[in-house]
Amino acid sequence: MSTITNVSRRGFLTGMLGTGAFVLGVRYLPESLWADTAIPAGKTHADVATLHPDVYLGIDSDGTVYIVAHRSEMGTTSRTSLPMVVADELDADWKRVKIEQAIGDPRYGDQSTDGSYSIRAFYDVMRQTGATARTMLVQAAALTWKVKADECRAELHTVVHPASGRRLGYGELAKTAATLPVPKKEDLKFKPKSSWRYIGKGMKSYDITEVANGKAVFGMDAHIAGMLYASVEHPPVLGGKVKSFDQKAPLSVAGVRQVLTIDPFTGPPVFQPLGGIAVLADNTWAALQGRKKLNATWDDGPNASFNSDDYKKELQATARKPGNVARNDGDVDAAFAKGGDILEADYYVPLLHHAPMEPMAALAEFKDGKCTAWAPTQNPQAVQETLAQQLGIPKENVICNVTLLGGAFGRKSKPDYVAEAAVLSKKTGKPVKVVWSREDDVKFGYYNAVAAMYMKASVDAKGKPTAWLQRSVFPPIGSTFDLSATSGGPDDLQQGWTDIPFDIPNLRAENGSAKAHVRIGWLRSVANIYHAFGVQSFADELAHKAGRDPVEYLLELLGPARKIDLQSIKYPNYGADAAQYPIDVARLRNVVEMVAEKSGWGKRKLAKGSGMGIAVHRSFLTYVASVVEVEVSDSGEITIPRVDTVLDAGLVVNPEATRAQFEGAAVFGTSLAKTGEITAKTGVIEQGNFDDYPVARINEAPKQVNVYIVENDAPPAGVGEPGVPPFAPALCNAIFAATGKRVRELPLSKAGLGKSA
Amino acid sequence: MIQLKVNGTSRSFDGDPDMPLLWYLRDTLGLTGTKFGCGASLCGACTVHKNGKAIRSCVTSMRSLSGAEITTIEGVGGPGLHPVQKAWVEINVPQCGYCQSGQIMQAIALLAKTPKPTDEQIDDEMAGNICRCGTYQRIRAAIKTAAGEHV
Repeated sequence: MSTITNVSRRGFLTGMLGTGAFVLGVRYLPESLWADTAIPAGKTHADVATLHPDVYLGIDSDGTVYIVAHRSEMGTTSRTSLPMVVADELDADWKRVKIEQAIGDPRYGDQSTDGSYSIRAFYDVMRQTGATARTMLVQAAALTWKVKADECRAELHTVVHPASGRRLGYGELAKTAATLPVPKKEDLKFKPKSSWRYIGKGMKSYDITEVANGKAVFGMDAHIAGMLYASVEHPPVLGGKVKSFDQKAPLSVAGVRQVLTIDPFTGPPVFQPLGGIAVLADNTWAALQGRKKLNATWDDGPNASFNSDDYKKELQATARKPGNVARNDGDVDAAFAKGGDILEADYYVPLLHHAPMEPMAALAEFKDGKCTAWAPTQNPQAVQETLAQQLGIPKENVICNVTLLGGAFGRKSKPDYVAEAAVLSKKTGKPVKVVWSREDDVKFGYYNAVAAMYMKASVDAKGKPTAWLQRSVFPPIGSTFDLSATSGGPDDLQQGWTDIPFDIPNLRAENGSAKAHVRIGWLRSVANIYHAFGVQSFADELAHKAGRDPVEYLLELLGPARKIDLQSIKYPNYGADAAQYPIDVARLRNVVEMVAEKSGWGKRKLAKGSGMGIAVHRSFLTYVASVVEVEVSDSGEITIPRVDTVLDAGLVVNPEATRAQFEGAAVFGTSLAKTGEITAKTGVIEQGNFDDYPVARINEAPKQVNVYIVENDAPPAGVGEPGVPPFAPALCNAIFAATGKRVRELPLSKAGLGKSA
Repeated sequence: MIQLKVNGTSRSFDGDPDMPLLWYLRDTLGLTGTKFGCGASLCGACTVHKNGKAIRSCVTSMRSLSGAEITTIEGVGGPGLHPVQKAWVEINVPQCGYCQSGQIMQAIALLAKTPKPTDEQIDDEMAGNICRCGTYQRIRAAIKTAAGEHV
């Protein structure tokens, strides 16, 4: 395989597929390069199959069912779970299903795999797809047998006519079915729940064997003949520009071919490349070595003023001043003026970084005015738009192939790294794979916003709040798209702030302004992380102040079962209809009660230095309560023996994958709570790798995470993110129960939990 | 010229002797199952076997590998899956899957020296392998499954 650069691409691919020596998963290859087929560029097997009722499905006359996965696979199993819905409604045999990954193409609808809405947005669409094909196959059989369609039924990849015992396979029926009109959506009949084969039963990932044997293809693994490997030195400060660098020294490294600059971005960062200097070489190592010889100097620009210690004080000061009112029930000020017991608290959550295990990487080839990219991206249509803009070509001339994503957590929604590969390919005339080092990943992220929160409550004689004021201050995600944005908008504030579900007559939610100095982006559960930390920690503080059991107190704060109406404040509700997905306090109460029971709350005897804490939170339309058990050693070391989580996400398509998401969320929550913190001095990010931005390892993660799924036929909601927000407050509430120490600032590594502290 | 074996095949290397094995495997041989995660022996995604022992290929220079027998995720199972890979599938360990080659290679090395590991032994041996998706409790269960222990 050392001669791969010398063979033609077609020969290279044929050779690869033939020998298996270097197998790119064939389904990630662009169809135009597929040596064995005649599928036109931009088409799928589904498109050219015998029966092709819509863009997501094709059935060939050999009975193969092609289902198109148009969402990105980053570990949530949506690439498997959505096709499961099609296969179920089609009554297909899963063993005969082939999943094809879609390129970026608006014909599939939304492909932004973010916001925990893949199942929510496409469950009905996938059912319609399956039911459409099934209806056509049944009609084809009826036509063949000259019987009525309602005398026939689908049964595991066949249509049967029970009266005569006749049976035909889907493959045999595909050609006839293809001659029939596609039925109207409103005429479709769906399978009853009792006949579901796959939905709710759980399924392993379609790719699991290839993951286990190392053959799965991630963006980092993409390869085409003749490509150059690029490593990019970015301006250390956001918005900085190259002042000088050594153009020649990197070329002294064997294998380095070219040194090129990338222009700095203009206007708001959006998804533009950061700019900088690229070293292009025959392999990744040479590119990295060449980069060390650049000796670059920079004009840092205005963000060099950013020091996170000072910034923290600014945010905290702002949080103590009146802000924009985002929700206002009753009269908080009048209630406070009456005096009585008042409690105030400040909370703080720093900048957080995604650190997916696969650093940013992408391959792009610009040729004849068109660009083809292979990218681990959460949003291939955004890749099309971004590359089109960067290259000055129409977006139809950008093909974005989507590989598997080696983790993403929101980072890979922003295709700045794909744009780098495209720009460099245009400059060199060769295919270019950009590989970010871990340091590049950590230092040049789109961080979850740092937030300061101020909470204030007056309580009655029983300790119940009579008024509640909460104010959060953070640089908004909008700043990445609009340099003038400094305040949280409805999309930020819906996340655990304006939707606070407590039964308090006087309640005000505010937001203060903060200017961003780094790129702010969405990270797994986003603003819910800090908002849940503030609200659920403060609720626990009030419970203890009142001398009450935190679970009982939390239920009292939630109040009676009811649906909370936030129409007056234009609450976005994650883009969902409030009638279909209300804020249902009954479901919040239920997960609290269930998790208390499952965790043995108040019943288990814990050792000294141990404690349990609870938090409940609705995000991405899913209701989650977690109880975390913690042990705190004399020296302040934290271990987490057990976590119990109850979730109500409505209908759950893939319970196995859902449990895995919530197990993982507890680990993600552990990482951010214990050690998650990005800081900057003079605008330069201080962390760079897993030594100074540690994430939880097997010996630090919760030992046992028990996940319980509420049986519920409500419409499906999110599962990728909602496990994260309640974790940190539940952990810190547990630490209070264990030690009497209240943690109001994350990360815990700075909290000084040792006895001497 | 450095002579070594990779997955049973003899190879000669005459490039930069400081190049880490990781990039030789990935960029020269096209064995991309071995992953790049940190470049500093901090995450374990690049774990392979050198003469049967787990090493981090991202910090192992080619210079140090004269005569070595290297096994990667692609070579560890033979034509089918290794029992540890099978256990990974059975317990449904992976989420994104990126770190799992390294996890599996580390687990195989663990079981070779400690056929029936305790939880503590698993945690000690596997602590160098980060999984950002947080599949740790399934990793523990899969190792026990591969060890023939009841989970």
